[in-house]
Amino acid sequence: MRIKKTLASICAAVLLIGALTGCAPAETKEPAANGLGESITLNGSTSVQPLAEELAKAFKEKNPDATIDIQGGGSGVGIKSAADGVVDIGMSSRELKPEEKSLKEFKIAVDGIAVIVNPTNEIQGLSMEQILKIYTGEITDWKEVGGKEGKITVVTREEGSGTRGAFIELTKVESKSEGDRTVASAITQGSTGAVITTVAGDPNAIGYASFGSAKENTDIKLISVDGKACTEENIYAGEYKISRPFLMLTQAEPTGLAKAFLDFIISEEGQTVVSGHNYLKAVK
Amino acid sequence: MKAYERVIQLVLFISAIIAVLGVILISYFIISEGYPVIRKVGLLDFLSGNRWAPTQGVYGIYPMIVGSLLVTAGALVLGVPIGIGCAIFLAELAKPRIAGILRPGIELLAGIPSVIYGLYGLSVIVPFIRKVFNNQGFSVLAGSIVLAVMILPTIINVSESAIRSVPGDYKEASLSLGSSHWQSIKNVIVPAARSGIIAGVILGMGRAIGETMAVIMIVGNSPVMPDSILSPVRTLTGNIGIEMGYAGGEHQQALFATGIVLFVFIMLLNIAANLIPKKAGE
Repeated sequence: MRIKKTLASICAAVLLIGALTGCAPAETKEPAANGLGESITLNGSTSVQPLAEELAKAFKEKNPDATIDIQGGGSGVGIKSAADGVVDIGMSSRELKPEEKSLKEFKIAVDGIAVIVNPTNEIQGLSMEQILKIYTGEITDWKEVGGKEGKITVVTREEGSGTRGAFIELTKVESKSEGDRTVASAITQGSTGAVITTVAGDPNAIGYASFGSAKENTDIKLISVDGKACTEENIYAGEYKISRPFLMLTQAEPTGLAKAFLDFIISEEGQTVVSGHNYLKAVK
Repeated sequence: MKAYERVIQLVLFISAIIAVLGVILISYFIISEGYPVIRKVGLLDFLSGNRWAPTQGVYGIYPMIVGSLLVTAGALVLGVPIGIGCAIFLAELAKPRIAGILRPGIELLAGIPSVIYGLYGLSVIVPFIRKVFNNQGFSVLAGSIVLAVMILPTIINVSESAIRSVPGDYKEASLSLGSSHWQSIKNVIVPAARSGIIAGVILGMGRAIGETMAVIMIVGNSPVMPDSILSPVRTLTGNIGIEMGYAGGEHQQALFATGIVLFVFIMLLNIAANLIPKKAGE
């Protein structure tokens, strides 16, 4: 009986605390004159989304009154939403097609993905075709692509990773009809670091990592793709195939908060955030 | 009863409630998050599906269930004989001075963070397997070896106390009948302590099946049915650990659903451990 009573009083206490905290008055927002108190909405590429969120976080540290709502949807959705004026800024991780060029376009970063092998591997480069066949399990031995005999250890990232998403999209491992065709026996690692460690330790491994985190690592070798070396020059020039731009798009010349946010992204400070997340800056 | 005693009683009661509340809230959370996917895919298809492609909405965790069981079984095959052997040695044979060195060593083994075990596996065991078998190195075997070491402290501690709790009369009776020390150990003491030893093995099994970090680093995480103990596998824990970072929406719910299955596994193991009679000789 006593325990029941105690229990009842505890429940009452918990309810009371809940009620009190629940009733805390919400902060009221007052719009500022320079547009920084406004709110804007972004949607589009899920690859750009994480970077956009980081940029928004950095922006809000300086402008706490601004509200930036970022949603996914895919590049196509981002481009269409921006064109229709449904959102303030659309995000895309592919170049615009000629008929989409009416949009105002801001390149915020470049995403390059390096294909990496063990330094002891004789292979210097592969074609896009060969990379596709290795990752879909059609080619399983290095001797099929001109290397020394040895079963290829295919290393990939986990499903949901942005790097994996970009890689399978750009190499066409992902097809419209069949989706992600990455060979199921591929070693799956949860981080760029783990992929690099795996490739560094296995003479027969092939993997991929964002260019930013792979370029200065001597434990691995960056190979050329379709005869173009994986260098900053080639990525910026668009010669190296496994790379893509990150774009932000607006229907017309941006104003207010949208303008302030885009200006921030392109500024030195915004671009530091970009390179801090292992993407290449929008301009060299 | 004095007032202050009632206050203390209340404080202790609240502590007890909080612990149980934790379990209830976590169970509720996992189930409410994961259930929608199980209902959508169907429990049978979810458990027996061979393909895991969350970005395409295909959720089959059969390879992961097999992976978890295989890695754990391997760890038991390697770890149980060593663990029981060590427990017998500590309880029956070791001189106090030697036991005084061994026991802290084993306790230390239990205190090593699992990420360190993973690092060791990644930089020593995986390259070793890669060299010996000329394959990718990440494999069931690598996971089993590292887990075998990780579950040793559990098996040793529980088994040793089970052996120590066998009444001295048993041993004396056995020795007075003319059997040697080893014969008494083999035929009397260990059989009398077997329920405790089995409980230790089951607890070790729970630890192995629930281990995440170390396993992710060394088994390769390929969501595919392993052909042999040299194939890469993905475990249930690894599936959640490796994909949670970027998962959203239904993908995330599918990971919680994986968590439900893992939860049921662990619960069954704990129930099994509790069902075993505690006292020696029963």
